[in-house]
Amino acid sequence: MFPIDQYHRANSIEQACHLLAENPGSKLIAGGTDVLIRLREGKSGFGSLVDIHDLDELTGITHTPDGMLQVGSGVTFTRLINFLKSDGLLPALVEGASSIGGPQVRNMATLGGNICNGAPSGDSAAPLLVFDARVTLQSQRGKREVPVEEFYAGPGKVHLEEDEIVTQFSINPESHQNTGSHFYKYAMRKAMDIATIGCAAACKLEDNRIESLRLAYTVAAPVPKRCRVLEEQVIGQPVSRKLIADIASMVLEELSPRNSWRASKDFREHIIRTLADRVVSEAIIRAGGQL
Amino acid sequence: MKQIIQCQLNGKPVELVVDVRQSLLEALRSHGLTGCKEGCGVGECGACTVLIDEVPVDSCITLAIRAEGRVIRTIEGESINGELSPVQQAYVDAGAVQCGFCTPGLVMKTTSYIEGLAQSAGGCCQSGSNGINRDDIRREHAGNLCRCTGYQTVVDAVEKSIQYYSGQK
Repeated sequence: MFPIDQYHRANSIEQACHLLAENPGSKLIAGGTDVLIRLREGKSGFGSLVDIHDLDELTGITHTPDGMLQVGSGVTFTRLINFLKSDGLLPALVEGASSIGGPQVRNMATLGGNICNGAPSGDSAAPLLVFDARVTLQSQRGKREVPVEEFYAGPGKVHLEEDEIVTQFSINPESHQNTGSHFYKYAMRKAMDIATIGCAAACKLEDNRIESLRLAYTVAAPVPKRCRVLEEQVIGQPVSRKLIADIASMVLEELSPRNSWRASKDFREHIIRTLADRVVSEAIIRAGGQL
Repeated sequence: MKQIIQCQLNGKPVELVVDVRQSLLEALRSHGLTGCKEGCGVGECGACTVLIDEVPVDSCITLAIRAEGRVIRTIEGESINGELSPVQQAYVDAGAVQCGFCTPGLVMKTTSYIEGLAQSAGGCCQSGSNGINRDDIRREHAGNLCRCTGYQTVVDAVEKSIQYYSGQK
């Protein structure tokens, strides 16, 4: 049995906020694919749970005619993938979501959970960063919205207050329309593995020149990270093999991969450069570019 | 922290006494359904796979109380009056069962996979012509580990399952 001391089931967002405020130190549980494993490991801080699994208010996905996309935090990856695929939306997020765990895990695990977990390796993080996704948080004190990029605070840490719940992710039309995107997860196995490096790119072109390029990595810094300086530098540049080579040679300046038992710093740097080339090239091609 | 929950278990409505702290795997096994196995206990090996409302999940990382009001299928409900389900028969015929520990989980995963294929093909699931290749089968079963077979015979079994299932229709 899991060492759960207190369990509360929330039937609405409002009730979840109330339960969090009433029971300080409580943790939210949605899909449970991370929380139950922490509990099983005997990690402290998870003894009091507020269950928000399958709340109707958190499981909606809307794509408005003007292209605004809103995804509830409790949407499972399987549902997210099916929705995006059927509408031909956000290929990079489809690829990121599809590389999480295995089918059974994706049937339970939620987008909100993957982000709130705060892991530098979260497979949905890099795609959300390149689509400039924003996260909506709610508590009894009110609602607020922050970019996902700023929501990350450090390894395993996000700026989520004890009484707050993530309710939704939003992506603006201009962040994904007329955009080519791609995500690639480099790991030792094809499934059920943690990324050695993850890389997402989203690209808009005009006359085969870069109108905008957004590039983000996981496991390449203490938090999932956008390469902002590089992104500025490539605006307006004509698409060419030379540009791709330049991007690959510049990319490490903003990143700080570390040594771990999974992979050495040197190896991670090699993968980062290699993925800059492959992932940006593919995003450019998907945006209609000629390479 | 006991609770009584109601659900449909292998086609029959049941009441289960569960502890809030229990995993669905623990609840099912203490109810006598020892077909689902605990392999890793952390959702990596798939030996504990059961279907909740036809969706395959790892029962070791699912709270038992989540079964409330749901339709649960485990390996025990798959053979009817001693006759194996098409998927079970396919696993036997393909020689995809060695030590057998992963088999209940794999059979449940394959079952939901081929039933889903049949549904998306409008009730007609034809092997070969529906574009399913061995890579698709491997990707679909990536959440189930098997340390005996090397997976070749498991993939064979899934291909056979598709044939048998469509033949049965």
